[in-house]
Amino acid sequence: MSVLLDRNTRVVVQGLGREGSFHAARMKEYGTKVVGATKPGKGGTTQEGVPLFDTMAQAVDATDANTSIVFVPAPFAMDAMLEAIDAGIDLVIAITEGIPVADMLKVAAVLETSGTTLVGPNGPGAITPGQAKVGIMPAENFSPGGIGFVSRSGTLTYEIADLLTRAGLGQSTCIGVGGDPVVGLPTPDAVRLLNEDPATEAIVIVGEIGGSAEEHAAEYLRAEGKKPAVAFIAGRSAPPGKRMGHAGAIVSGNQGTAESKVRAFEEAGIPVANAPSEIPDLVKQALRR
Amino acid sequence: MLDAEAPRDGGCVSEVGRVVADGDGDGETKAVPSRKRGDDARVETARQEDRLTASPRDRGIEERGESMGRGNERHQPTISSNGPVKLHEYQAKQLLARAGIPIPDGRLATTADEAERAARAIGASVAVKAQVHVGGRGKAGGIRIAKTPAEARDAAKAILGLEIKGLRVEKVYVERAADVDRELYLGITLDRDRRRPVVMLSTVGGMDIEQVAATDPDKIARGWPSPLLGLLPFEARALAFEAGVPEPQRDAVADIARKLFTVYVQTDASLVEINPLFVQKDRSLLAGDAKLDVDDNALYRQPELAKLKEISRDEEAEEKARALGFSYVQLDGDVGIIGNGAGLVMSTLDAVKLAGGRAANFLDVGGGAKEEVVRSALEIVLANPRVRSVLINIFGGITRGDEVAKGILAVIATHPPRVPLVIRLSGTEAEAGRKLLASAPLESRETMDDAAKEAVRLAKEPVRV
Repeated sequence: MSVLLDRNTRVVVQGLGREGSFHAARMKEYGTKVVGATKPGKGGTTQEGVPLFDTMAQAVDATDANTSIVFVPAPFAMDAMLEAIDAGIDLVIAITEGIPVADMLKVAAVLETSGTTLVGPNGPGAITPGQAKVGIMPAENFSPGGIGFVSRSGTLTYEIADLLTRAGLGQSTCIGVGGDPVVGLPTPDAVRLLNEDPATEAIVIVGEIGGSAEEHAAEYLRAEGKKPAVAFIAGRSAPPGKRMGHAGAIVSGNQGTAESKVRAFEEAGIPVANAPSEIPDLVKQALRR
Repeated sequence: MLDAEAPRDGGCVSEVGRVVADGDGDGETKAVPSRKRGDDARVETARQEDRLTASPRDRGIEERGESMGRGNERHQPTISSNGPVKLHEYQAKQLLARAGIPIPDGRLATTADEAERAARAIGASVAVKAQVHVGGRGKAGGIRIAKTPAEARDAAKAILGLEIKGLRVEKVYVERAADVDRELYLGITLDRDRRRPVVMLSTVGGMDIEQVAATDPDKIARGWPSPLLGLLPFEARALAFEAGVPEPQRDAVADIARKLFTVYVQTDASLVEINPLFVQKDRSLLAGDAKLDVDDNALYRQPELAKLKEISRDEEAEEKARALGFSYVQLDGDVGIIGNGAGLVMSTLDAVKLAGGRAANFLDVGGGAKEEVVRSALEIVLANPRVRSVLINIFGGITRGDEVAKGILAVIATHPPRVPLVIRLSGTEAEAGRKLLASAPLESRETMDDAAKEAVRLAKEPVRV
């Protein structure tokens, strides 16, 4: 078992441009079933061996796809996500960066009444090592195992997955929830999925400054945690009022500070690593307890 | 008169120099609004509406774009590129007026002469208000009351050129003083937890809403309208009831809330605030101060608002970096930082702090780290004279570590940097990359922690010649 992705994942690519086709090829190499892509006006043809469809509805009808990955540029990303949701797809993974918040609020409102799960935007996607990769992460750094991994970051996720892999700690599913202030699957929801996943033995949560998703995740685990967890918060030295790369990574007033997040995890009995390098040992200790 | 009121921080002034908070939500201590009233208060009429209806274009963005242009030539410092685009009070008010929200009659002035003419045209007591993107204008002497055009001239003379928290005042807004009875707060922003806009209304206006939220949360009524439907009439009414707005203003406040929501949506605002929202003695409502921040992800579809972006000297490097697709934030330490990925760079900053040093900047080059990227990034970081060492932390993912190393070596060969470099490569083919770097004139470390320690040590060493 795993969450979100497994061997039955069938992916349609939305936005088969330069980045989209590069990563579609990497996903196929990994063994992910990339069953099609949408390109309005090119339906019925193929591109690099990928069947093209005019609409998501047609793609889903023809391929039985259950997942889509969105690479389309920010101005058109809302439309792409809504089209995928409308086509009744189970999982949408949005890689696109720079989507206006107002668009994401609309998408979030539509998600409330749909059965679709959205991961991202502005994230690396998700991977169930050994089964399926729907994202842009370098697969070499991941390995199958029992660590469920949730992160708001991209490269930091790869870095920590690499550290875990080197320490012999394989991963059940890694979910890059995205660095925007409004995302489809916020950290607490992703943590919930892993907490309820029988294949996940321990959870690693990589948060960063801004918002209060980490606090809510800590609250949830404090009440309902079934397995050990370890956390890390990026941006502990960031000054207030400055956005640190990610649109969502900003301390405003007394909101979203690293201290508040560290405190929330510690109060929930979840050890917080001072540096990514400490995470594997903390996970091993937590698993021994 | 203002001096006597000096402890009050503020943005908006009623008739006789009572300074009230500027509601900029910057977390600063805000004034408790004084209940003193001036004897010679004059009633503000709806005349500014005449002006608006007479010439709607007059207050349009188009025209303001031009006046902005003039401001930029003078190198007006202000808006941060790293976050929302902030509008000046007068710009925000013009957007409110366009949506039908009553604002005081006001005019922009960049000279004392213009301020005098503006006051004469308004024909009443005026407030002369510094237009700078910092909180605490009033406290810093950036707001003065003038009863005559001559006084307005003197006030503008005193305010123009003033440095408020490092920003030079280049523009003042001359505005008819209101006849204030009470003050309300009205604001709309994003509620990240609920993934909805939140509309906040309070009868405790004129204060920093964060402070009210902390000390008196019950004083703020909140509503979370659907982003698909907008703020519906019943929701706006419910807010007015919940906030305890009295009957004479209830409908008008609900109406302004709905209009403000329209502004929030139409401008892609991340924050829009009327604080204070004056209730005048004649029971009419008037926006005392206004704040509007625009989501910079939405600027591509807000070309008029994008034009209002102003860049300060401090932010020139941030803008340059942004043009290259990097994300850069200048900090006050001496260890320059370059990395790929926001989270990784944030962690690198943290590692430097843990090692007892201070980062000079945040620089995320985004995806891969090819030669060109490393070269431009180094240029930006080394332009900061405070930088004493540079720590490059790259995760080789899709771009392999050995390729990254080759890029770094090429840059060093052609552009030897003026300070020592510490490189830390991790991820795919990192070992191969480190081998390539072994003979280069730089320090290569295997872990982020070790690299941070070395960069901090080097930054503390005497300057190498």
